[in-house]
Amino acid sequence: MAKILMKGNEAVAEAAIRAGCRLYFAYPITPQSELIEYMARMMPKVNGTFLQAESEVSAINMVYGAAGCGKRVMTSSSSPGVSLKMEGISYIAGAQLPAVIINVQRGGPGLGDIQPAQGDYFQATKGGGHGDYRLIVLAPASVQEFADMASEAFELADKYRNPVMILADGMLGQMMEPVEFKAPKTDEEIAELWKQHKDWCIQPNEDGDAKHHHEINSLEIDPLMLEKHVNKIYAKYAEIEKNEIRYEEYNISDDNEILCVAWGTASRIVKSAINELKKAGKSIGLIRPINVWPYPYEAVAKAIGPKVKQVYVFELNTGQMLDDVKIGVNGKVPVKFWGKVGGVVFTPAEIQAKLEECF
Amino acid sequence: MEIIATRPETLTKTPFTYCPGCLHGVAHRLIAEAIQEEGLINSMCGVAPVGCSVFAYKFFNFDMAEAAHGRAPAVATGMKRARPEMHVFTYQGDGDLAAIGTAEIVHAANRGEKISVFFVNNAIYGMTGGQMAPTTLPDMKTTTSPYGRNTDDIGFPIRVCELLDTLVAPYYIERVSLLSPAEIIKAKKAVSKAIKYNKEGRGFTFIEFVSTCPTNWGVDPVKSRDWAKENMLPFFKPGLFRDKGEGV
Amino acid sequence: MTKELICAGFGGQGVLTIGRFLAQAGMAEGKNVSWLPSYGPEMRGGTANVSTVISDEAIASPIVSYPDILVALNQPSIEKFAPSIRPGGILIYNTNMCPHGCKRDDIDIISAPMVDIAKEIGDQMVLNMLAIGIIIGKTEIVSYAAMEKDLTQYMGGRRPELLEMNLKAIKKGIEIGKG
Repeated sequence: MAKILMKGNEAVAEAAIRAGCRLYFAYPITPQSELIEYMARMMPKVNGTFLQAESEVSAINMVYGAAGCGKRVMTSSSSPGVSLKMEGISYIAGAQLPAVIINVQRGGPGLGDIQPAQGDYFQATKGGGHGDYRLIVLAPASVQEFADMASEAFELADKYRNPVMILADGMLGQMMEPVEFKAPKTDEEIAELWKQHKDWCIQPNEDGDAKHHHEINSLEIDPLMLEKHVNKIYAKYAEIEKNEIRYEEYNISDDNEILCVAWGTASRIVKSAINELKKAGKSIGLIRPINVWPYPYEAVAKAIGPKVKQVYVFELNTGQMLDDVKIGVNGKVPVKFWGKVGGVVFTPAEIQAKLEECF
Repeated sequence: MEIIATRPETLTKTPFTYCPGCLHGVAHRLIAEAIQEEGLINSMCGVAPVGCSVFAYKFFNFDMAEAAHGRAPAVATGMKRARPEMHVFTYQGDGDLAAIGTAEIVHAANRGEKISVFFVNNAIYGMTGGQMAPTTLPDMKTTTSPYGRNTDDIGFPIRVCELLDTLVAPYYIERVSLLSPAEIIKAKKAVSKAIKYNKEGRGFTFIEFVSTCPTNWGVDPVKSRDWAKENMLPFFKPGLFRDKGEGV
Repeated sequence: MTKELICAGFGGQGVLTIGRFLAQAGMAEGKNVSWLPSYGPEMRGGTANVSTVISDEAIASPIVSYPDILVALNQPSIEKFAPSIRPGGILIYNTNMCPHGCKRDDIDIISAPMVDIAKEIGDQMVLNMLAIGIIIGKTEIVSYAAMEKDLTQYMGGRRPELLEMNLKAIKKGIEIGKG
């Protein structure tokens, strides 16, 4: 299929529909408006459900209801709206439902601003909602990857019966790059997808089926039962940590004097700085976690070459990924951080200057 | 021997866990019977709330979802949109529906979601131990209005049927009481109508049950009914507010 | 080869579409492209700018620190972005709205009364197409053929006279660009 020049917000919406998403519930917020508007235009054309909810809280609970019926369902928002969804996300994780949530991050805290930021890393990877649960978190760095992650997110959600978040930002949402889409799933393929959940989801009793009584629920009033339930979920998370670590290595070699770690949009800017410094004969590598939970701790450790004297973390926040990098580095070399906040995006020139200081 | 009354198939064998004299069991039974009578056991599903009826998902013998506090209408919306071939209802108390879930109920009603909502109003939070509800009557004492509900401070009880009746979309709205056998029979008719309309996919149907809470009111079950008749019914008047099927 | 552009001007002057059409044509020629607009309240009647990168290699940052080409449709855009043009780079500006021009002598400067020329062609709206033409004439980062094809597809057969006017503006721009 030919490439199409598209905004990230629209590309991920199109890719989700192609992946078999037929239910989408959301509330408008900048900078993800093109996403909800695209769904409003396109869902009716595939006989899907588009519903603009009265709030983010309602939208995520509609997702809970639809996911409980075993169908591919998605919601999207930007940082303040995602905070509102956190209650529902905890319930979705507790009830072990497959669902996809997109966060097109903007500057915070509070109302913040509407420019690109990465300030929701803690919220996405360390909790956000209450209780012991994890979100699988995918962090795209290009419009193509943003789109590809729509189907990956649904596959992971279905496979592990767990909510999956795509953690993008305003820049990825707003910018246009060429995208190549996968062929859309046919109605028959989508019907097959629904069947994989028939043992537990809400569905009619068809003729000949044994009468079932499925409960979509995160309540276990008996502490011993809840303990068992949480342990079961955590056994699943252990599997996810084993199977779903993804990262990109960029310019990694034994000559590296500095190892950078950056994710999402920030990693693109760091790459430009690395390219500029390469021209000046400097060797700098980059590890880009593609999934930020589960986190590629071992990859970070392995990437520290014999000449690396400094690990440098760059983010569009105050250093929320820094602790994860330190766990990976485990004290082998010093770890530094530099970032920009409030929706201010660092430039390749600024990163280059920071890296030059290390030589 | 002839069987003249039995457990409807639409209820599981799990015993209810409600307090002596509580009317949740009656409300459950009315709903279960109506579903049975409409032949919907294979296509019905429901949403349980947070509150005393939090375990309702164990009692109804078809697929059930447990919602977060107040969110049942949103969860039901997601279910109905995902499975339009199924029939969906929510079962909610007054704190759940009229306080924390006000936005969800108003907007589900305003969209005309093709679901039924059963709302149990007993003027108090039961499960958490007798706190003030949005439907607690003026001067009524609760653990969080120990000197009586001060309307200057916290406003008046919310009449949900009247509030929803201002919207265009709802199809059927009726308030009934569970305070005497005669009223329970009337309530059954209303529940049956709501379930029938649900089966026919007509639109949003809403039944409010005026009920009691002997435990948290601190009175015995019989007196609780008398108290409710004297105090609740004048403020929450039973009656039909809206019936697009038959007019009012 | 990688070319990094910034187009800047008042909201409503069509700066975003300059970048968009260049990116679209670049993509059609099999290049990697990115298009990153400024967005938010500043767009409503304020200044707008767009970073566009067209490259034979994978594009690292879509944010442009040192543009190879700056298109400035008003004076504030020159003040803001001209100092960061790479030495040897190109500044294209609209003399109608940039009375003070630019003092740099280590870059290639092309200026024209772009509003006047656009009006002569038929409509002030084609100012952005004129700018695209100048870029093509000066740098050949995309071909006229690719641009014409893309624009024709974009218009989809609606209002052929408008397409004609746009193509005329591009051709005029190419003349100016070639000097």
